Amino acid sequence: MNAEPLAADAFLERLPLIARDMLTVWFPEPARWLLNSLLAIAAIIISFATLFSLLTLAERKILGRVQNRPGPNRTGLPFLPFTAGRIFGLGQPFADGIKMLTKEDIVPRAADQFLHFLAPVALLALSILTFAVIPFGRHLVPVELDAGVLYFFAAGAATELAIFMAGWASRNKFALLAAMRALAQLISYELPLLLSIVPVIMLAQSLSPTAIVTAQGALPHWYVCTPWGFAAFVIFFIAALAESNRSPFDLPEAESELIAGHLTEYSGFKYAIFFMAEYFGMCALSGMGVTLFLGGWQAPFSFLEFIPSYVWFGAKLLTLLLMFIWIRATFPRLRMDQLTRLAWKFLVPLALINLLTAAFWHHSHSWSTPLQLVRWAIAIFLVVCPFLWLGRALTQTFRPRTYRYA
Amino acid sequence: MNTAPLILIALTTLATAAVAMAGRNLIHSALLLVASWAGIAAFYLWAGAEFVAFAQILIYVGGVSMVVLFAVLLTRNSRAELAISTDSLSRAVAALLAGGAVFGILVGAILRTPLTVSTPSAAAFNVRTLGLELMGTHAAALLIIGIILTVALLGAVVLAAPEPPEDAP
Repeated sequence: MNAEPLAADAFLERLPLIARDMLTVWFPEPARWLLNSLLAIAAIIISFATLFSLLTLAERKILGRVQNRPGPNRTGLPFLPFTAGRIFGLGQPFADGIKMLTKEDIVPRAADQFLHFLAPVALLALSILTFAVIPFGRHLVPVELDAGVLYFFAAGAATELAIFMAGWASRNKFALLAAMRALAQLISYELPLLLSIVPVIMLAQSLSPTAIVTAQGALPHWYVCTPWGFAAFVIFFIAALAESNRSPFDLPEAESELIAGHLTEYSGFKYAIFFMAEYFGMCALSGMGVTLFLGGWQAPFSFLEFIPSYVWFGAKLLTLLLMFIWIRATFPRLRMDQLTRLAWKFLVPLALINLLTAAFWHHSHSWSTPLQLVRWAIAIFLVVCPFLWLGRALTQTFRPRTYRYA
Repeated sequence: MNTAPLILIALTTLATAAVAMAGRNLIHSALLLVASWAGIAAFYLWAGAEFVAFAQILIYVGGVSMVVLFAVLLTRNSRAELAISTDSLSRAVAALLAGGAVFGILVGAILRTPLTVSTPSAAAFNVRTLGLELMGTHAAALLIIGIILTVALLGAVVLAAPEPPEDAP
């Protein structure tokens, strides 16, 4: 059982730290902590900006494949012979970026110029702030905070303000209405999102992401492998979909019907910044989901610990992000009343009941081995029965829709 | 302790609050008020009260700001920027008197309270001790506050709930 210090000190595990120290060793000691922080910030921004650009391409390719078409496949990589560089349309993100940068930035004359400018900047800044507390690897925690989880959701909650600013400053009734709609959605889903993570905090007995990761250990002890953890993860995932405005909850900016909502009056690079912030928010929420429920940077089995922790984190993060894309490709969009009903009448009660399940799980921890089966049965019962009962009660009045004039 | 950040934070907080009060555009005022709340959170951070600072951001910047903005947008009947003026001289005097009285009572209470200036053991005070204090010593108060808030929330839901739609899907 002395694999732990070995894994923690392995060369690959410490590689990012070694690379950082090799850079900062040339600077005097007092400036080193500042440089270390700046390097961490640069690394986060560069890696997630790259992930953003590749994710847009992956999303378009996967959506294309699901809809039985190839997706973007024409744009080649620069500096390569024309046909040789055309690998899966890998140049598409760069082409998109250049297009967005060179497009005209239109600001309506009646708009509130300052707030119109501030909204995308604030949104992007706040969504980058959320990355600060996610433990990307065993030694890769940008900021160690005692109340890291709280910090994460505080920074996330402040993004609502930026959406309001965007809608109001545009001086456009569609933008304002859409911003109010987006706020109603974000506020509704904030509650199940926060309630679903409370059991994790209760059982890990800490608000620090690092402590929550180390409390989980290898695969069978990940929180998602317990009845309450699985329920909480599903609620968290649904709420995260809604919080990051992803389909099937993309009502705020359903571009096919609602003229892109609060982004109606945005163009050019500001529009791109909104999208960037949205993807960053999605990545941050997925990262938090990995940290809270999927064991964070821990390897699933101890014999796999030779693979460095940040690779495991990246793999889990990518899996969640691909699930986001998969869900977007397969689910139809919800209507506004269905959306809020799902949050308030279904997810919030389930999350509250889940608190009780987690409390039961915590207090039945010391039951003897045969009683463990009873413990599992009771916990699964506590999760499944409210789900079935609530679901049936809510859908009882529904009938198949009849089309009288079709 | 380093006081330069404190002075900067205090000036920013006070300046945003002052501009919010003097401003003619209600939305700008509301947003500046939110900035002022964020300044208070920065002050908590400076004082080392991480948990309170993040709770302040989560509740005030994330939640209460929305209530304020929704209230402003839903109650304003004209889009014209408001002109702030007093109705009559007597009302202005009464307002000043009432405000002054509240201010005086508050200042008196603060000055009368014996504030023992001691250096608290900052290291011992973290989120864990805060949670234990809340759940142990002050559990009853926490529960009562929770019940009051739940009652208020339910009341708001009951008041705001419309008639069920005719053609429920």
